[in-house]
Amino acid sequence: MRLTPKSATLLALVVLIALAPVFFPSGFYYRVGALIFVNALAVTGIVILTGWAGQISLGHAGFAGIGAYACALAPVHWGIHPALAVLLGAAVSAVLAWLVGRPILRLKGYYLAVASLGMGILISMVLNNERELTRGPDGIEVPELGLRAVLKDAGLDLSNGQFWYFFCGIVLILGAWLALNLRDSATGRALRALHGSEVAARTVGMDVAKLKLQAFVISAVYASVSGSLLALQNKFITPDVAGFMHSVEMVTMAVLGGVGSVAGAIFGAAVLTLLPQVLTVFAEYEQLVLGLVMVLVMIFLREGVVPSILRKIRGSGE
Amino acid sequence: MKTFLTTTALVALALPAMAEIKIGASISATGPAAFLGDPELKTLEMLVEDLNAKGGLNGEEVVLVAYDDNGDPNKARTFATRLVEDDEVVAIIGGTTTGTTMSILAVTEDAEIPFISLAGAIDIIQPVKPFTFKTPHTDRMACQKIFEDMQKNGISKIGMISGTDGFGASMQAQCKEVAPDYAIEIIADETYDPKDADMTAQLTKIKGTEGVQAILNPGFGQGPSIVTRNVKQLAIDLPFYQSHGVASDGFIELAGADASEGVRLPGTALLVADLLAADDPQKPVVDAYKAMFEEKTGTPVGTFGGYAHDAFLIMTDAITRAGSAEPAAIRDAIEATSGLAGTTGIYTFTPEDHLGLDLSAFRMLEIQGGKWTLVQ
Repeated sequence: MRLTPKSATLLALVVLIALAPVFFPSGFYYRVGALIFVNALAVTGIVILTGWAGQISLGHAGFAGIGAYACALAPVHWGIHPALAVLLGAAVSAVLAWLVGRPILRLKGYYLAVASLGMGILISMVLNNERELTRGPDGIEVPELGLRAVLKDAGLDLSNGQFWYFFCGIVLILGAWLALNLRDSATGRALRALHGSEVAARTVGMDVAKLKLQAFVISAVYASVSGSLLALQNKFITPDVAGFMHSVEMVTMAVLGGVGSVAGAIFGAAVLTLLPQVLTVFAEYEQLVLGLVMVLVMIFLREGVVPSILRKIRGSGE
Repeated sequence: MKTFLTTTALVALALPAMAEIKIGASISATGPAAFLGDPELKTLEMLVEDLNAKGGLNGEEVVLVAYDDNGDPNKARTFATRLVEDDEVVAIIGGTTTGTTMSILAVTEDAEIPFISLAGAIDIIQPVKPFTFKTPHTDRMACQKIFEDMQKNGISKIGMISGTDGFGASMQAQCKEVAPDYAIEIIADETYDPKDADMTAQLTKIKGTEGVQAILNPGFGQGPSIVTRNVKQLAIDLPFYQSHGVASDGFIELAGADASEGVRLPGTALLVADLLAADDPQKPVVDAYKAMFEEKTGTPVGTFGGYAHDAFLIMTDAITRAGSAEPAAIRDAIEATSGLAGTTGIYTFTPEDHLGLDLSAFRMLEIQGGKWTLVQ
């Protein structure tokens, strides 16, 4: 039996996440792994929006901010369990994405990029300035999720790093599985058709605006959950999470790895999360190396690293 | 691989006696807080080099493992994890901003590693966390020092104009809280974005408020310099107070000697090293740091590098007294620090007080003719 690309991606992901810890020289690598998974989850959302539906968002960090602050605020102010706060954040993000996207996505072109940019900056400003609620730019503590303690009682004693590594890993596998299923569904095919040619898609009777809106809402939920996981893991969050640079980072990761591919998203997230750790010795050149990597990828691997390489492998096999 | 092993073996043979004490640092040497982090990192590197040249600590070499967190709390947490888990340091200095500090302390408290923060907010040490200490005064103390001086000058109604960055926002809130203790009423309360290029609108409003006797400007970075210039341009002839956030020569340069004439702020002994009395207990340490830093970097000392100096001083003093580099022993020794003169003030820690400074550590300074002077 030949593996479909979908099962191959998922299988590779499961094996990587399960086996990588064998090679970890210290507990620090669990933290890096967990960060990669959190970023990869948000970037998977970007793949759905940008890679498949062909829309660009420059404000996705805003949704990450909503997810993160939902986990910080809801348990304290309304006594909601942190796990439910993740869902609440995702719901708020989805509703906001729907409200912003509905008028904008009826238009053709790059209007979403501009609208989402403004939205992201607005969210970031609210988090910075509504000090009574968010405690402002200095940040706010986030309550403990409590799952680790439950696992400990059940006889599974994980360190903090290990717990978040596996927890985020499982959420990422779930997210990738959902995204890959979506890709092969009628909606996914319609999205890709729309990306290929909006006019052609409209001609064959697709509701283009609705499809684009769906993709935007779904990707907002991915970003929101990723923000929640980051907040719960760090147990402290500042408005930086909703900052413009974080939005750009997400898009960069997607473009680097390959914006049309979930595997590429995870690869891009892994590279851009690892680079600053590898480059600590020459921290001053970090930006330079990042820029260089991006330019080289744009010139030589135009579809992003993973799809370009896969194509080369397949091409030589024929 | 073989070469590597041989080299390691040779190195191990060559230096068997010299053990290491690894101290970690996560500092915002670049990014929005670089003007704080850069002198902090330079100070730490300089002091470690100097200490090792003098024979190290308890006969062991001190190794500084420093990372630049860009002022990003998420990165700070990652580096703190790296310092604890991978580099296995015995203590951490750092956390240039309140956000990065709060991220680091979550890791160090968990791992039971002593941590000395270089950030201002009172939340860092209140409630007291067993392994967390800090060297800068809190913004609350700055408010108290300023209000004390206002009270002495018969000022009871003031206008505030604050930056909306972390520093300005936190100090604005603290000042509002302690103002009633000094019978001071805040009758105008304006804010500005740290990137704003003009604050005349807010200042005009304060100027127009009936009964304002003085203006206070909590903030750091370029904002306060612009406010200072605007105050002069609007010819507002009221006592004008700045915060410790701008206590460096850079502020006078940016605002101009003319506009900053008469500005008062609470600062540390470091700024007025030349004016300290010969018998001032802080004089030797202030003079030594100033001379060393200015010779090494060619730039004038500032309050922020001084925070790092004091953190390192407290750390090394504690390790010497503990006679051991075990994290728990270092923590106990830091908490037992008593009467240690640093550049910021004289530190005495207790189990209930992990800041170790009181109001006397602040000195009221006034700018006259482009120079800092002491207000008696």
